[in-house]
Amino acid sequence: MSTQTSQQTSVTAQRRMPFGRWMAEVGWRHVVGILAVAFAVFPILFIVSASVNPLGTVSSSGLIPKAFSLVHYESLIAGDRGPFLRWYANTVIVCGTVALVQVFLSTLAAYAFSRLRFAGRRIGLLSLLLVMMFPAFLAMIAIYSMASGLGEAIPFLGLDSLPGYIIVLLGGSLGQVWLIKGFFDTVPKELDEAAIIDGCSHWQVFTKILLPTLTPILATTILLALVGVLSEFLLGSIFLTSNDTKTLAVGLYGMLEGDRSNNLGVFAAGSVMIMVPVIILYQFLQRYIVGGSTAGAVKG
Amino acid sequence: MSSPLPPVHRERSTSIPAVLVRIIVLGAVLAVTAFTVPLMIQQQQWMWLAVMVLAAIAIFVIYSTKRFIPGKYLFPGTFFLAVFLITPIILTVGYSFSNYGDGTRGTKEQAVNSIIANSVVQTDDSTWYNMSVATQGDPVEGPFTLFLVDPATGTVYSGDEETELAPVPAADVTVENNYVTEASGYTILESREVNDAYNALQEVAVPVDENSAVRVQGANQAYVGTTLLTYDEAADTITDTQTGAVYTVGTVGDSEYFVNENGERAFSQSWLQNVGWSNYQRLFTDSNIAGQFLAAFAWTLVFALGSVALTFVVGFALALILNDERLKGRRLYRSILLMPYAVPGFIALLVWSNFYNQDFGLINTTLGINVNWLGDPTMAKIAVLLTNLWMGFPYMFIVTTGALQAIPGDVMEAARIDGASRFQTTVKVVTPLLLVAVAPLLVASFAFNFNNFNAIELLTEGGPFLPGEYTRGGTDILISMIYRIAFGGSGADFGFASAVSVALFALTGVLAAIQFRFTSVLEDVN
Repeated sequence: MSTQTSQQTSVTAQRRMPFGRWMAEVGWRHVVGILAVAFAVFPILFIVSASVNPLGTVSSSGLIPKAFSLVHYESLIAGDRGPFLRWYANTVIVCGTVALVQVFLSTLAAYAFSRLRFAGRRIGLLSLLLVMMFPAFLAMIAIYSMASGLGEAIPFLGLDSLPGYIIVLLGGSLGQVWLIKGFFDTVPKELDEAAIIDGCSHWQVFTKILLPTLTPILATTILLALVGVLSEFLLGSIFLTSNDTKTLAVGLYGMLEGDRSNNLGVFAAGSVMIMVPVIILYQFLQRYIVGGSTAGAVKG
Repeated sequence: MSSPLPPVHRERSTSIPAVLVRIIVLGAVLAVTAFTVPLMIQQQQWMWLAVMVLAAIAIFVIYSTKRFIPGKYLFPGTFFLAVFLITPIILTVGYSFSNYGDGTRGTKEQAVNSIIANSVVQTDDSTWYNMSVATQGDPVEGPFTLFLVDPATGTVYSGDEETELAPVPAADVTVENNYVTEASGYTILESREVNDAYNALQEVAVPVDENSAVRVQGANQAYVGTTLLTYDEAADTITDTQTGAVYTVGTVGDSEYFVNENGERAFSQSWLQNVGWSNYQRLFTDSNIAGQFLAAFAWTLVFALGSVALTFVVGFALALILNDERLKGRRLYRSILLMPYAVPGFIALLVWSNFYNQDFGLINTTLGINVNWLGDPTMAKIAVLLTNLWMGFPYMFIVTTGALQAIPGDVMEAARIDGASRFQTTVKVVTPLLLVAVAPLLVASFAFNFNNFNAIELLTEGGPFLPGEYTRGGTDILISMIYRIAFGGSGADFGFASAVSVALFALTGVLAAIQFRFTSVLEDVN
């Protein structure tokens, strides 16, 4: 039976359904759905509400704001609690660079693993999977002393500098190889074989055939990588000590830690300013996010 | 010449722009190498020198010819992976055989300097300086650097425990009223912070020469005094010039110290040295530590498995319930349920930690209960799992929705024709098919949660802690326990923390191997 006819029958069935039957078949799904939505949304609601609550304390914040004021946003942008705009800019730089480079380098490697045949390919792929499973964080002491050593020779790349922080995060550059290789494998090989016969080099096959086909999915991968970097706060809190180099995660955490109960409003306002762009992007790319996260599963 | 695909054609003659790009890039690499190598030699950064030179050679070999095509694509990512992921792991293994930690960071020479400098006493003709305290690290724990102004001449000096006092170029500092108020690369402590760090500052002694050192007096003064102790390099002993006591090198615990004639540790300073397997011995034979490790391991497994199971069950149930074509507003539900996935983790965790506040937290006030969420070990564990459920279920919901829609409709049709009820179809047909499809993701999610440091540290900071217990709190998983050992209150013990890390690396490797088998990734690579 085609889906169209099944939909039609179900719609007509629904119209004729008495309420009790409708409740048993469909209505309870709405009840569960609404409960799930409430569970999913209440912390977000709380953040928004706390951000417009002029008192800004834990005890005075609830799900519904008792008063409305933009005072926390104003004090953030004015820089009363630290150079918020600077942190924002730093975050954009770090997340943007790391996500772009990470996905680009992963894409390069994924192309080699998907399309080229060479000795050590299988072992390379498997050891990559293994290495990426090790939490880099455990080697933090070593990373710290390496970075401080590099900083002595080239201060530009040392501790407490954004470029230094960025290159350390680039250690995860091959993190997306498996995912992207999965996408490449779905593009028929005949396509690039034909292109090679037409006179394309391997680089042209890569840039002119594979990349355009997968642009939306790669964009989504970049977004997912971006949000991953956005949450990175551990290395950041060790590396970025001066106010001018902090990222939002480090800066806002420090602010909240300084006075947990009274800085909640400002923290919430900062959070809203981070969350809103991300949530909007997610809504736009929803279709691809679903596709992207299951691609690995389909591959097995 | 090796072509990636069937060699039905020859590599085309390269275009002029391509050659130009190649020349420019290789030239840039050469320039950067030529610029950085002298700096690295000057600072004696041998490891970085090796990295730089090897990378430059590799770039030239791989990119200057038409050969090594896979290498051209693999090199950039592999370079970063090798330098910032694999090298640190190897270094960590090295540290695990040393006594690296607070008080043992430096060389023996630095330790001796520090011991001698600490024995300074004030004399009548001591020089006095106006002092500002600066740090490049933490304003409470240091390490501290002293910036001194000689009120007579206005000359500015600086030094720390390991660096001898030396004049500072005037361009690097701002001096107001004969005090240094700004120094490039340093944060100058405010007087309140100097007070907070008072005890630590009393221990600071900046060496001036062999017989004298600078010590701190009050909040903004420092003086040069002479040392009571002298070091005899030939005999490797330290002599007290007042009492005549002689201290020799002896082993206390697993490290060497200067000890008195009874073999007791005379000074707290030690130096970086090889301690063999003693860190591992301590991990596996010290019954307290081994017990903590096992307890943390058990909870780590519960936490990781529980998180995966909870998020999957909730996500899958929601996907089944909301994936009904008769349901209106499915897209809306999906959009809203996706939202928690878009909230950056650190924000979500910090906000949730406020919810659990016993007196003011949203959960207790809304439900009208008075549960001590983060103070009771069991409730804290439930709180951690509940929060992780919120953070993780949207992902599982998305994934299982996608997988459900990918299951062909005729499979369900066939089940129904065979007389299966809707429930039977779901349990016996849909679930097994779906599990096969998402098993690798469940495994990945398990691996992620196994080392999910943020979920613990940002929510409970490992707590609650039993009285007198500092290494492991009620919700500490292995990785956050290591963090506490390495950076915890009782002084950093990097050597031991590295040994625990290596043990956790090994454990992760074993788990990964089991998972590889389980998901048969190994057979499927193509």
